[in-house]
Amino acid sequence: MADIELLPHNVPSQTELPELVEELTTLNLGPTHPATHGIFQNILKMDGEKIVSGEQTIGYIHRAFEKIAERRPFYQITTLTDRMNYCSSPINNLGWHMTVEKLLGVEVPKRAQYIRVIMMELARITDHIICNSILGVDTGAFTGFLYVMQKREEVYEIYEEVCGARLTTNMGRLGGMERDLSNTAIRKIHEFIKSFPAVLRELEKLLNRNRIFMDRTINVGPISAERALSYGFTGPNLRAAGVDYDVRVMNPYSSYQDFDFEVPIGQSGDTFDRYMVRNEEMWQSLKIVEQAINNLPEGPYYADAPEYYLPPKNEVYRNMEALIYHFKIVMGEIDAPAGEVYHAVEGGNGELGFYLISDGGRAPYRLHFRRPSFIYYQAYPEMCKGSTLSDAILTMSSLNVIAGELDA
Amino acid sequence: MLTNQEVAEALLEKFGDQVFDFEEPYGLLTLSTTREEILPILEFLRDHKNYQVIFLTDLTGIHYPENKNKEFQVVYHMHSFVHNFRIRIKVSLAESDLHIPTATGLFACANWMERETYDFFGILFDGHPNLIRILNIEEMDYFPMRKEFPMEDATREDKTDALFGR
Repeated sequence: MADIELLPHNVPSQTELPELVEELTTLNLGPTHPATHGIFQNILKMDGEKIVSGEQTIGYIHRAFEKIAERRPFYQITTLTDRMNYCSSPINNLGWHMTVEKLLGVEVPKRAQYIRVIMMELARITDHIICNSILGVDTGAFTGFLYVMQKREEVYEIYEEVCGARLTTNMGRLGGMERDLSNTAIRKIHEFIKSFPAVLRELEKLLNRNRIFMDRTINVGPISAERALSYGFTGPNLRAAGVDYDVRVMNPYSSYQDFDFEVPIGQSGDTFDRYMVRNEEMWQSLKIVEQAINNLPEGPYYADAPEYYLPPKNEVYRNMEALIYHFKIVMGEIDAPAGEVYHAVEGGNGELGFYLISDGGRAPYRLHFRRPSFIYYQAYPEMCKGSTLSDAILTMSSLNVIAGELDA
Repeated sequence: MLTNQEVAEALLEKFGDQVFDFEEPYGLLTLSTTREEILPILEFLRDHKNYQVIFLTDLTGIHYPENKNKEFQVVYHMHSFVHNFRIRIKVSLAESDLHIPTATGLFACANWMERETYDFFGILFDGHPNLIRILNIEEMDYFPMRKEFPMEDATREDKTDALFGR
């Protein structure tokens, strides 16, 4: 091109110019794209830089959890649930336990309920902290992300102390927790409560009133409350649109009614509101953790339900009854009563529901997971229609679509 | 505060013998209806100012191969935020005639939930704008959540368990 000079005599006349055909560009965003934070494909039709329409393809990491669950004893399904929303696995695990406990009619002691609340709220903090700091990365601020990762690491150390694992936690047991909070765990939780506010405030300082961040996120990917409800939004994304629906408040489980916390809501349902709602929710979660650890009731950490609760190891070695129950539970020889139960918990992304049908056997007859990401992700083309590609990336990032939960 | 009794009576009055099998497992009002009446019921519950059951929480299918002429069920979970009231509505379908009208006209979120139900059970939602597979590959020629498809390959012999017979 460089050696062609467009001198007047080189310019073709109007009649020679080829006719301009307007056509849309097809852009393949994904399946593996560093900006989508997960494995899903969007085929976007672009008019210049504006998105005209999008077509989504999902299912790249579908693992047939619902089918697998129909063969597994109840306690083995926990490991399936923590592979759904892996940013907040304890919520999934404990939500599943609560579903089965509801089916079995097992009443969990207060102490176990409080420990569960602590773990679930810590999980919510790790979930939101990832979402918000990644949103910062997508707008060009990498520093905050690296900085808050240290705090997630500390929460993962608490998980390790409680259940032995970090990411796919398999936390809790049917009927309670697997072990009591150790002194180390309590110390680490206290340390976290003390040190986290400074870090979160620093992240807020970096982003909340940042000119670049606000310009990039305000009015980006908005959704009205009506559309959000019609699209089945739940969790922070629905609250950002101005609907104060929170399962923890509306259908309290695991003693959430004992705690004093607020449900933050946004107004316009745009990316900035979603960010702010998540940000405020972290403060509220921290408040709940603080209340729970300070008022931790004394007492047993598991229910008196020997047929379902895996007995402590030293009991198994010394006590015949415990050995029998241990064997029966591990081999999956415990039959659950027949019944049909729907239980929902407030997951990191919204209402995480478990629809369980038991026919009285050792495994569920049918288990369906209501995965919040799966339901609200279908609104994505509508939300990013007419926006630029770079804004669409932010919209997706702020929706916090987790591929594991999307595909189950 | 809306009670199960209240809603059940209202539905009985409006739809008569088209709503049946009322139950309350774990406090959740559960009822069955026919596929002709499912959309009118959803619309009635959504638009009635006393109920405002505006939120479709979940939609899924179940396979009961033993129930003759009622092999499949489509289950709707609805939620009214105003009254904090949940309801579960079931529609039974025969395997020979797996059609049910789509709820996408009433709830935008029904789109993918119905695609998922089609994908796994082969239930056809009439009038759905884009009824194709969603999680499985398009070339798949069966519906994997049906009970006739076992989890593991039945021809494998190394996995038989003499003691526990599974």
